[in-house]
Amino acid sequence: MANEILTKITRSLVECEPDETEALTKQALTTGVEPLVIINEGLVPGMEIVGQKFQSGEYFLPQMVIAANAMQQAMELLEPELQARQQVSESAGTVVIGTVKGDIHEIGKSLVATMMSAHGFRVHDVGVDVDVETFVHKVKETGANLVGLSALLTTTMTAQRKVIQALEEAGIRDQVKVLVGGAPVTQEWAETIGADGYAEDVVGAVDLSKRLIG
Amino acid sequence: MRPQFKILSDDLVERIIAEGFELLQDPGVRVHNSEALDLLADAGADVDFDSQIAYIPREIIERALETAPSDFHLYDLGGESVVHYGGDSVQFDPGSAAITVLDSDTKEQRAPVTEDFVKFVKLVETLPQIDAQSTAFICTDVPEEIGDLYRLYLALNYMRKPIVTGAFRKDTWWTMKDMLVAVAGGEAELAEKPIAIFDVCPSPPLLWSDLTCQNMIDCARHGIPSELVSMPLAGATAPVTVAGAVVQHAAECMSGVTICQLAQEGAPIVWGGSPAAFDMREGTTPMGAVGTWMIDTSYTEVGKALGLPTHAYLGMSDAKVVDAQCGLESAGGTLLAALAGVNMVSGAGMMDFESCQSYEKLVIDAEIIGMAKRLIAGVEARDEPIALDLMRSLGHRADYLGQLHTAKWFGKEQYIPSEVIDRGSLDAWKKKGAMTTWERARDRVAALLPTYEPSPMPDDMRSEIRSITQTAAQSFGMDELPPLPEA
Repeated sequence: MANEILTKITRSLVECEPDETEALTKQALTTGVEPLVIINEGLVPGMEIVGQKFQSGEYFLPQMVIAANAMQQAMELLEPELQARQQVSESAGTVVIGTVKGDIHEIGKSLVATMMSAHGFRVHDVGVDVDVETFVHKVKETGANLVGLSALLTTTMTAQRKVIQALEEAGIRDQVKVLVGGAPVTQEWAETIGADGYAEDVVGAVDLSKRLIG
Repeated sequence: MRPQFKILSDDLVERIIAEGFELLQDPGVRVHNSEALDLLADAGADVDFDSQIAYIPREIIERALETAPSDFHLYDLGGESVVHYGGDSVQFDPGSAAITVLDSDTKEQRAPVTEDFVKFVKLVETLPQIDAQSTAFICTDVPEEIGDLYRLYLALNYMRKPIVTGAFRKDTWWTMKDMLVAVAGGEAELAEKPIAIFDVCPSPPLLWSDLTCQNMIDCARHGIPSELVSMPLAGATAPVTVAGAVVQHAAECMSGVTICQLAQEGAPIVWGGSPAAFDMREGTTPMGAVGTWMIDTSYTEVGKALGLPTHAYLGMSDAKVVDAQCGLESAGGTLLAALAGVNMVSGAGMMDFESCQSYEKLVIDAEIIGMAKRLIAGVEARDEPIALDLMRSLGHRADYLGQLHTAKWFGKEQYIPSEVIDRGSLDAWKKKGAMTTWERARDRVAALLPTYEPSPMPDDMRSEIRSITQTAAQSFGMDELPPLPEA
């Protein structure tokens, strides 16, 4: 019975039926399946299959994002249950992510945030046009070990360097790995400004994050 | 008869416009500019000043669409009208504000500097197919705060053709205006015979940033034309359907026309854009996608139905080198733009989405544009009867090459390309070095540049715009501007 419903949860993610994922997660809880089991044997395998299908070219970004949103929605149902049991889901890491000051480009940053969240990271998305202080404050507040900085303009790329400098000045640079991304950003730029890594796409950003803090 | 491309049914055009009106009432348009919010509120729109959202009643928009001119002209530096915004006139300018230039030797993208920009402006002057200049890329050898106005300063020193430009800040617009006024000979003269048009870009969905909104208002108040560059990204920042993305475009542009006309009734403004069909695998903004072309040509039809001049970003490629993809994408977009009657088509020379400008691509694109212009000139009888007398006089002899009729008409009937296009025999091609398009284009660039004729701008005017630019540069920590490359 438990196995059957877990398989259905996995399938609902793969088939992009978010309402189904939500209903099945609720149903699993009421029938007494442990939340950690729902996560590890229902949701996570689903996201893995979706990721594989994306990389093989069968799936596209909409399926990835819909599945990731469904996963997040299910996690919202499961978090209180985990807390009640004094359990925590396995976290891949905590990330503060945003688009730097002067830049209002949202898509790339949000895609990365969504996918990292779906891959088990605790994501604090601070939005777009974010000033240096907000990044520093959020890292302190959340104890994050990753910072993601997006910039889509050559004129705002320089703000990525400013955030890194501010993290140094605040004495928390060693606590975090800094990832940079965005259309004009290159590996060379990442090295120039002392970032820890650069990824050119969403899948690359998730892989790199796992590598950097793994 | 002129060949024309139609993509929307009349019914669909009406429904798109109707939904555009509806959107501006609910959920309204975000306007992060206090002057525009005041203008809208004074005109009777319901404005929430805390959330900076304006809910604009249909009547206000309809009035603005009425008062916006259906056509206007841009003038060259000699005072001649050379660009007509309106009707089905079709003109071309290079894609604007690239961040890199494709190096002719390494074929790698690199950061552009003054010398590159000037070379590009000169090249545009030598290409008759291209009707206007654009501030094509951003020079990295000056402080980024003056990146916008420095481009205009350089262009004004070397150009004759009018220019499509834009400001990156609120204050730099004024410096750019001062330069244009200096060159035109006064504010009234500039308004009478504008030599430049400013791109103003709403952010999808339904947002006017402070900067671009202010630029639009300032343009309107000085009689300087502005060009709306609405850029729905279908499937990401806009509905994925072509018609849905065009609804969003219509709403954004209608809000722009409204703010512009409230700032100054009768101010020239263009229904334009740079949309894209979001790439669902790479998460990029392909300018060479057929879906992108369909959004562009659709909104052009909507703009024409509203009686406004039109603009589109078409004729670009997403390729990273000047290759087959580069050619096919640029040709597809250019031909469609011409057939759709887009008044100003921006994009020549541009590749890697909107990131890179290439001299070689520019001269290839000039050939595509030449072909497109020939295509829309259409088929004419030329003679009465068309061919009967001529063919009867020749009987069955294949002797047309020697006929006066041929000599009279071939130059009009055929578009004759430069040597960028190879039409020689295999042997002839081999003898010339078996060159690829890229190599021929590189030779063409080298051959064209020495034919550039320096602009006749008087020295006192040159020093005036230099002093305006120098003052701006000094306020951002650059004491001396880079020297101007030789004309």
